[in-house]
Amino acid sequence: MALSDKELNEIAYLARINIDKDSFPALKGELEQILDLFEKLNLAETDEVEAMSHPLNLSQPTRPDEVTEEDQREKLQETAPSVQSGLFLVPKVIEGEN
Amino acid sequence: MTVFNESWEAVIGLEIHVQLATNSKLFSGASTNFGALPNTQACNIDLALPGVLPVLNEEVLKMAVKLGKALNANINSPTSFARKNYFYPDSPKGYQISQMDKPIVEDGFLDIELEDGTSKRIGVTRAHLEEDAGKSLHEDFEGQSGIDLNRAGTPLIEIVSEPDINSPEEAVAYLKSIHSIIRYLEISDGNMAEGSMRCDANVSVRKIGSDELGTRTETKNVNSFRFVEKAILYEIERQISEIESGNTITQETRLYDSQANTTRPMRTKEYANDYRYFPEPDLLPVVLEDKFIKETLEQMPEMPNEKKLRFVNEYELSEYDSSLLAADKDLANFFEEVTDESKSAKLSANWIMGELSAELNKDNLHILNSKISAKQLGQLIKRIEDSTISGKIAKDVFEKMWSSGDEVDAIIEKEGLQQVTDLSEIESMVDRVINENPDQLKQYLSGKDRLFGFFVGQVMKESQGKANPAQVNEILKEKLKE
Amino acid sequence: MKLHELSLKEQLTGLKEGSFSSTELTQHYLDRISNFDKDLNSFITVTEDSALNQAKESDKRYKSNKALPLDGIPIAHKDIFCTEDILTTCGSKMLSNFKAPYSSTVVSNLSSDGVVVLGKTNMDEFAMGSSNETSFFGPVKNPWNKEYVPGGSSGGSAACVSAQLASAATATDTGGSIRQPAALCGLTGIKPTYGRVSRYGMIAFASSLDQGGVLARSAEDSAILLESMSGYDPKDSTSLNEDVPNFLENLDSPIKGMKIGMPKEFFERDLPNHVESSTKEAIETYKDLGAEICEISLPNVDLSLPVYYIIAPAECSANLSRYDGVRYGYRCENPKDIEDLYMRTRKEGFGAEVKRRILIGTYALSAGYYDAYYLKAQKCRRLVANDFTEAFKSVDLILSPTTPDTSFKAGEKSDDPIEMYLQDIFTIPANLAGLPGISFPCGNHEGLPLGVQLVGDSLKEAQLFQAAHQFQKVTDWHKKLPEVK
Repeated sequence: MALSDKELNEIAYLARINIDKDSFPALKGELEQILDLFEKLNLAETDEVEAMSHPLNLSQPTRPDEVTEEDQREKLQETAPSVQSGLFLVPKVIEGEN
Repeated sequence: MTVFNESWEAVIGLEIHVQLATNSKLFSGASTNFGALPNTQACNIDLALPGVLPVLNEEVLKMAVKLGKALNANINSPTSFARKNYFYPDSPKGYQISQMDKPIVEDGFLDIELEDGTSKRIGVTRAHLEEDAGKSLHEDFEGQSGIDLNRAGTPLIEIVSEPDINSPEEAVAYLKSIHSIIRYLEISDGNMAEGSMRCDANVSVRKIGSDELGTRTETKNVNSFRFVEKAILYEIERQISEIESGNTITQETRLYDSQANTTRPMRTKEYANDYRYFPEPDLLPVVLEDKFIKETLEQMPEMPNEKKLRFVNEYELSEYDSSLLAADKDLANFFEEVTDESKSAKLSANWIMGELSAELNKDNLHILNSKISAKQLGQLIKRIEDSTISGKIAKDVFEKMWSSGDEVDAIIEKEGLQQVTDLSEIESMVDRVINENPDQLKQYLSGKDRLFGFFVGQVMKESQGKANPAQVNEILKEKLKE
Repeated sequence: MKLHELSLKEQLTGLKEGSFSSTELTQHYLDRISNFDKDLNSFITVTEDSALNQAKESDKRYKSNKALPLDGIPIAHKDIFCTEDILTTCGSKMLSNFKAPYSSTVVSNLSSDGVVVLGKTNMDEFAMGSSNETSFFGPVKNPWNKEYVPGGSSGGSAACVSAQLASAATATDTGGSIRQPAALCGLTGIKPTYGRVSRYGMIAFASSLDQGGVLARSAEDSAILLESMSGYDPKDSTSLNEDVPNFLENLDSPIKGMKIGMPKEFFERDLPNHVESSTKEAIETYKDLGAEICEISLPNVDLSLPVYYIIAPAECSANLSRYDGVRYGYRCENPKDIEDLYMRTRKEGFGAEVKRRILIGTYALSAGYYDAYYLKAQKCRRLVANDFTEAFKSVDLILSPTTPDTSFKAGEKSDDPIEMYLQDIFTIPANLAGLPGISFPCGNHEGLPLGVQLVGDSLKEAQLFQAAHQFQKVTDWHKKLPEVK
């Protein structure tokens, strides 16, 4: 199935993966090949079939509302790329942008 | 700017996020306390470390079931979770666990009371459970932002209304009604300033009589009742002005700026809002057993509407007074405690909504922090009822109680404020007043009846307010006849 | 006999009887690793010091008669299982510096039974691959022939057990990542029922398909290890609250009368002669053992591959969003803004196959394609699962080849994703249905092993072990091991 350049750019943005100009055409071709593989599903009659989102047909267990986790900030931040005063630092986030 | 007039109609729907007052998070055992040091309440699950998995907090199910009942809604079982995908530094997994197809609460309504005494039914589309995000702090990091994930994973329930609201006032009434319910249910403190209740408003406008809905905008970041009213009014008027100037409304998300009292568009890429919801494979559908629902509903407290009706029937209060008192659970409880002591519901209601409310407002206090306890106020009213003091003296005693914290009887005793009910004492005061005011007496006797009030006032003054006014009236009438 | 030639069970007996110590056994494996693994590249991290410490502790327990069920047995963990304070990379540049601050339930369960951890094994990046060529830490070689791949994604675990650098290894299987390398390296590998083994601390690829399991040299060794790993875990909401049976109890019971089905859809495929003949030979063996063989049909099984390649990427596209360079792991140099941080971190931190799958998954979930791809795939998944439900009404186990062929040369399929995906056509259906599957050696072609797969009904691991063990009692394919130089 054909994938447009616009579509590939949009999904790359949604997935936040930068794609080099050089590798763009090859990647597009590979993805189209994979999409071709999906065509087979159109042969299956599924109008009456219930979607299966999980192999287990059970109810979700719950836990009691208790605080069980202690502060482990130091340990959890040991391999963090950039930390100051216990905060994870990132380039400036402008409120309301996404 | 008052372009919102009879020829326009506003169509408003609210999305209210309520933080649920659990001890631990929706899917982890980390604490939800407000105000801890950054990232000290963010465990490996909250930080979305590789390999971690969510485990559902049972308490949120109970809270949601109660809310569903209070909103006259259906409880879905099974109810299921979905992933909402988006990148933002305060969203550690890159997706938020939320609900899509099977929200726990669906198809409800709420009757709100408007200021003109009428009531209006607002539909509640759904209420679903989801995780709160962390916070981005923007100061003091040399051009960088600091991410604190303490709040990440705190349980939220998002209550989505139908677009049944037609004015900023109705929006506030609806919001207050939701606020009252969540406080009654004790599922949230509803503190808008701290963000435990947040409101987004979907607003569109159309010409009266039009069947078609206008293009709507979503205004975010509105964090007080007053701002909700102002932000919606601003947005209505902005949209009308745009349309009247021949422009069209863009469907977009806008941010409310409370300082400037304006809304401004948020910059987003159009396709960036594709959240790619799909069933959360780390969680199974939640089956709510009948027994669980039944036991949960048995813990439901009396709700504002029920309480209001009871106040009307049991205490013979007016509908208006009853609904004012019942709107705030703590206020209603206070009222019942006062009445229990004073044995006079009407007087208790008047004192609470009059003197007490005025003092609370002046000091910006909530009823729970009142300097006069319910018992103390009840005793004060009891002393009016048993004629120990007059209503007027009672106001002075109230002031003294408020500032000193002393008991009613101690103040009456100390200040000698007992009402004078000794007839001979009142008689001698009346005599003295008549003798000291010969001119007024002459005028009164010549037919100026209005001066009777003057004599009452003088006697009361003479008694320093302590004379029983009914007795003063009676004796004066007798004496002046002579 | 040399220590590494002993089976896990024999090593346990030797330790109990004091024929050798865990320290000796552990040191022996560490020596082999340092001698042979430079070339094979089956380990990403070797934890020499802590392994020797654990062995020492184990020896003490043996001396004081307080030995634990698996005390002193040196194993390796696939680098997908978080191990506290030890590098846990998932084969990715993204986590190349990530020391896990906590341990997975699998690691904890095995440790509390006394195993010695030799290190963390190489794997396809984030378990995406069938040849172990997508690892950031370089490809793993097949000990049977170093020009060939060991299979994937648990290629490191398979290669190290096959080369006898560890007694056994943990592994994971999302579409065949235990069974395919087991077949290609001449090992026994089990993927249990979905939910049997906790996923807590097992780095997620596709949550509704991932399942932990074992690569070992025999069904018996696999059973011993799986029993220790398994069990309900309140930290994993999708873990099964079922008692773990004694997997060893029935190993020696004859399988006379057991019904084994052969799905005609698998055998109608154009299989290479050596695959067909070795599978037929396995069937003959089962007939000799008294099993009843019959043909069955899984009419929708051909949908498995496209269903898998929609659902697994869709789930992975969300599961891998957390790798954003903010809280841990790789971060690109000098990001100019937050978008740049995300876009470049993920471009540089992920390899080509991972990126392809994230993009496909993102596409399959995106507005306008959700119904046509994701939802359709979920419905077809139900069809595939229903076929198994139907089949298990008439048979106990389902037999097929594990892979379409023996191993292939490194580089042969790495430029063709679809060719690579076809490696898993026989293994994927069990993942879609959440069923247990076992692969064990049944032949050898031109010096490369071949495997046969049995799939059982839900929670029937014991039956799989029994059937595989009975096979291994009358054959010696599983005893053939590559000569490592």
